[in-house]
Amino acid sequence: MNKSLYDYLILLGDSPLILGHRLSELCGHGPNLETDIALSNIALDLFGQVRNWFQYAAEIHGEGKTEDDIAFLRYEHEYRNVVLTEQPNKDFAWVIARQFYFDAFHYSLLTQLCESRDERISAIAAKSIKEVTYHRRFSSEWVKRLGDGTEESHIRMQNAIAHFAMYKGELFEETNVEKEMFSAGIGADFKLIKAQFESFTNEVLNEAGLEIPQIDWTQRGGKQGVHSEHLGYILADLQYMQRAYPGMQW
Amino acid sequence: MVERSMPEAEHRVREILATVKDPEIPVLTVEDMGIIRGIELDGLKVKVKITPTYSGCPAMDEIAADIRKALLAEGYEPEVISVLSPPWSSLWISAEGRRKMEVYGIAAPLEEVADKRALMGEKRVVKCTHCGSMNTRLVSQFGSTACKALFQCNDCLEPFDYFKCI
Repeated sequence: MNKSLYDYLILLGDSPLILGHRLSELCGHGPNLETDIALSNIALDLFGQVRNWFQYAAEIHGEGKTEDDIAFLRYEHEYRNVVLTEQPNKDFAWVIARQFYFDAFHYSLLTQLCESRDERISAIAAKSIKEVTYHRRFSSEWVKRLGDGTEESHIRMQNAIAHFAMYKGELFEETNVEKEMFSAGIGADFKLIKAQFESFTNEVLNEAGLEIPQIDWTQRGGKQGVHSEHLGYILADLQYMQRAYPGMQW
Repeated sequence: MVERSMPEAEHRVREILATVKDPEIPVLTVEDMGIIRGIELDGLKVKVKITPTYSGCPAMDEIAADIRKALLAEGYEPEVISVLSPPWSSLWISAEGRRKMEVYGIAAPLEEVADKRALMGEKRVVKCTHCGSMNTRLVSQFGSTACKALFQCNDCLEPFDYFKCI
């Protein structure tokens, strides 16, 4: 098995998986019908993309491994999602801030992966970027609406942005696997991702009348399998069926 | 779409595929949707290549199963393969598909440029599927399914779905 490629696909799939799960917790509990449906649709898009990444990873792994094994049969330290994605759903501004930062990163990452030397990765990225374009539009528009809305929405949005600013740094952290993939023309340039991210998010925050947080450190560890306490509870939910009924079949 | 030079055998398979409907929008066939990307025939063995519309579209597994069932029923040995590249585009929906969609009550996707403006709420170019008015507004970019956005008519006040450009 090409372990580096396998590890890379896990890195690509885990963040959308955990974020998708957090969004799915809101299904039926959104602030109103419209946003409930929107967030559920975004979650669905992300799960679809995760399926594509994990189907490829399963093929690379071989030995009968499936996309479901990869998604559901690992322990906390084996997941490689950024800790941003584990953060809970507090209020709508919280959900939007988390989404806004992730979408800005995701969009830049996928844009580059469309040019990946690995045909399958570039095909998955070309499919995903269309959907993520809508996600980014949704989250950034809500940042503007809430930031430039009422006094209450402005305060909540400002607090949310200030909180999540300490999580965005991990998005630009390049692991050894990612360095290797970039050198091979398969992965993305993190310097470019960071530059595009800062440029895009700053523009939106300015338009929203929100203060851009000045922060030079980040919460991290997710990409090395060191997660916040939240992931344990998330997996207890995500893996409930597999833990309650080991080896279950349809 | 049938080409005159197409061999009889492939034509027969396409006829069968034309009976497979989109489970979500049952007036459309998988051919109307531009989901069928290729057919490879080897006697009774048929390989059908399909492309997913949206990454997370839950209808795709059902469509693959329906295609398999339809071909099995006619005595074929089907294999359905999903191809990701080139990525599906709403431009692949046939003109007939777009017409059927409108009759069913879903506004068909506009050309790329007009669509982006409609989704940004810049210009009302989507026609109401109930009363035909052009005085409509975007309620949400996300509608009843991943592929649709929600619009409302300012004249007759009825809501309707719009198939998004992608």
